[in-house]
Amino acid sequence: MAIMIKTPQEVEKMRRSGTIVREILDHVRSFVKPGATTLDLENAAAAKIAELGATPAFKGYHGYPAVLCTSINNEVVHGIPSANRVLREGDIVSIDTGVIIDGFYGDSAITVPVGEKIAPKTKRLLDVTKASLESGIRAVKVGASLGDIGAAVQEVVEADGFSVVREFVGHGIGTRLHEDPQVPNFGRRGQGLKLREGMVLCIEPMVNSGKPDVQVLSDGWTAVTQDGSLSAHFEHTVAVTANGAMVLTQ
Amino acid sequence: MATVLETLPNAMFKVELENKHQVLAHVSGRMRKNFIRILPGDRVAVELSPYDLTRGRIVYRYK
Repeated sequence: MAIMIKTPQEVEKMRRSGTIVREILDHVRSFVKPGATTLDLENAAAAKIAELGATPAFKGYHGYPAVLCTSINNEVVHGIPSANRVLREGDIVSIDTGVIIDGFYGDSAITVPVGEKIAPKTKRLLDVTKASLESGIRAVKVGASLGDIGAAVQEVVEADGFSVVREFVGHGIGTRLHEDPQVPNFGRRGQGLKLREGMVLCIEPMVNSGKPDVQVLSDGWTAVTQDGSLSAHFEHTVAVTANGAMVLTQ
Repeated sequence: MATVLETLPNAMFKVELENKHQVLAHVSGRMRKNFIRILPGDRVAVELSPYDLTRGRIVYRYK
């Protein structure tokens, strides 16, 4: 697989799918409260996607059964929404979704706290993960290396004593949900592919409060931290332009 | 609600207000921090300076 470079018109189309993903996440976010189930979030998302006339990207992808990934606390990514998973005060839940508009994909994720009372260390995890994504985005410019992004994310995360998940990585995106290149959240500055104008990448730091090791549960999808520590996840679809990074998922 | 006419250097924009007046506006720091891009044709909210009504600050980008 080679890297697909998008023309400015195609980036514009991806901007549209990115904006829709943002709207869906903002909408689902308002449903996060103690007592809600992840299935409630899923239904809210499905309704909003239909209302906006978009096509969900996750459902049916390699057999994935839902439009959202909802991952609570020590679940890292790919949690399957279910009526058995009830959100409680103090939990954190990461919501990840994607849509297809006009043949182009958009992919984004946020991690939100449930309720008002969140442990300070948990809030710190969320803030640091979000900041690491912003740091990675700032590293994106024409001529920078892929390793610069990973290094930027890793530096922010490890400075606070948290760890970067290695098993899952960011990815290119365009007419397919996952394209080349892989965008690890760790790396060394100056190493790796040189970024070119027209590349569109998903940068998605996954950060654990304990050790970085992850394992996949028997449902074949849900990934959890091996040591049971909390995990946060934020993601944006970012285009490389002559003027630097353009965040398509707002 | 105003419309962005053109992009000028240093994240400045020529913006046309609803009353047809054109102002020079810069992007607010909060929008910069959240990586929100402004392109010509976007509809935005602008705060005007009370000291110079031809200068403003773009504070929101409408969908």
